[in-house]
Amino acid sequence: MAGRRPFASELSLQAGNVQTGISPCISAPVRKDLIRGCAVGCFRIVLFVCVGFVCSSLFCPSSFAQESHYIVTYDHYLEEPGSLEVEYFSTFGTQRAGNDFHAFWVELEYGVKAWWTTELYFDGQTTFGDSTLFTGYRWENRFRPLRHEHFINPVVYIEYEQISEADKIIKEVEGHDVESDHAESNTILRQTHNHELEFKLLLSKNFKGWNMAVNPLATKNLSPSNPWEFGYAIGASRPLALKASPNRCNLCPENFIVGVEMYGGLGDTQDFGLHETSHYLAPVAAWNLPSGWTLRFSPGFGLNDNSHRLLLRWGVSHEFSGFGEMLGHFFGGRQ
Amino acid sequence: MRVAIEQSRLGLYGLILFACLFGLGARGASAQENNSPAPGNQKWNYDEIKKTPEKAVRRPNPLENEPDALLAGGKLFQRNCAECHGLKGEGGKRAPSLLREEVRQATPGTLFWVLTNGVVWHGMPDWSRLPEPQRWQIVTFLKSFKASVAPGGPGGG
Repeated sequence: MAGRRPFASELSLQAGNVQTGISPCISAPVRKDLIRGCAVGCFRIVLFVCVGFVCSSLFCPSSFAQESHYIVTYDHYLEEPGSLEVEYFSTFGTQRAGNDFHAFWVELEYGVKAWWTTELYFDGQTTFGDSTLFTGYRWENRFRPLRHEHFINPVVYIEYEQISEADKIIKEVEGHDVESDHAESNTILRQTHNHELEFKLLLSKNFKGWNMAVNPLATKNLSPSNPWEFGYAIGASRPLALKASPNRCNLCPENFIVGVEMYGGLGDTQDFGLHETSHYLAPVAAWNLPSGWTLRFSPGFGLNDNSHRLLLRWGVSHEFSGFGEMLGHFFGGRQ
Repeated sequence: MRVAIEQSRLGLYGLILFACLFGLGARGASAQENNSPAPGNQKWNYDEIKKTPEKAVRRPNPLENEPDALLAGGKLFQRNCAECHGLKGEGGKRAPSLLREEVRQATPGTLFWVLTNGVVWHGMPDWSRLPEPQRWQIVTFLKSFKASVAPGGPGGG
């Protein structure tokens, strides 16, 4: 996010606008345009997902998804080469000095190589009593530098984001991100657009059925005046059963994975540390269905007064194998 | 109106990025196919098996005599491996046959090591994402090819 943001006390003057939803100084024609813009954004996301699902369903077989079970933290596993995973996630967040919100995003995750996964995100949000809007996109790439499994397995993560201040998916917490950042009305927040580069080092290890992952992160808003911001995410998870049962079943314990993740900000280069940062603790549960669907659920609880009290997240994803081959044929690859 | 135009511009950028990305992916996939021998062509490189550390080669399969391991391994093979290696391990455009002598003669420890580490630089992901007992179940199933499956013949899974 863009540098240091105003804190709750600094936002008190804007509380009136938050409660009424849309700023009273906005004229009727502009409001009409805003609503049209929101509708276009939402329609685009829904259309995109539907087209993706239909095309992929027609041409690609589904494959069993042994997916990462975290929502914020990453382990070191990448998408299988040639496979496309389509994911939808929701975050319901409570807001103390404003209206609660429902943020959502669509992920298209593609395995370019066994050592390179690329991903495109489209973000949006609805603030209750305010408006719904498209808040931007992210392009993420993950690279695995090492050939074999090691004691700790590193993956390099690089992401470019073009998002507005109204983005509320809270996919990561960085710098001095706090709850009051989201208190202003969408009309005001959407006016600021951020171009950011984000770097993460994904460290992950498996031990006796447990996966443990640690992700330190650094973000730079590309405006020169903004400092580097830092954050972290850590997670641990385990399937309910380590051995697979011999029968095909939806409710087999090995299809369920449970765990916990914790994430938060660590300040920036001008003010490094835990001062005025937010942190969350979130149990996670995932259900991998043999049909290729994965369902995820995670209630996240704010650990201090700067955090949202509750971030309730859920997501659904489906993996299509052979997507790369299909595209290869489409773009003129040899049969 | 300004907001609508801005959103359209954003959407356009997104679509351009998306097209570049998938164009790149498609080229990669085409190249991978062009380099891939047809099944049965037997030009796949099985060198990774030879690279297995000695300690891993000697590792025994703890589930070898477990009655359910073969069936469970078959199920896991179908879910995770058959997409590239074929339902009967016969190989395909994307991955080599598992019925070849190099694989059938490999020790359980060797197969477990290859499964755990993958052949990442040549397209096979590592499967350490599966818990260790599940990888051993798959190895049990792979070793069953030796006894019951001949190339071109019926296979489990």
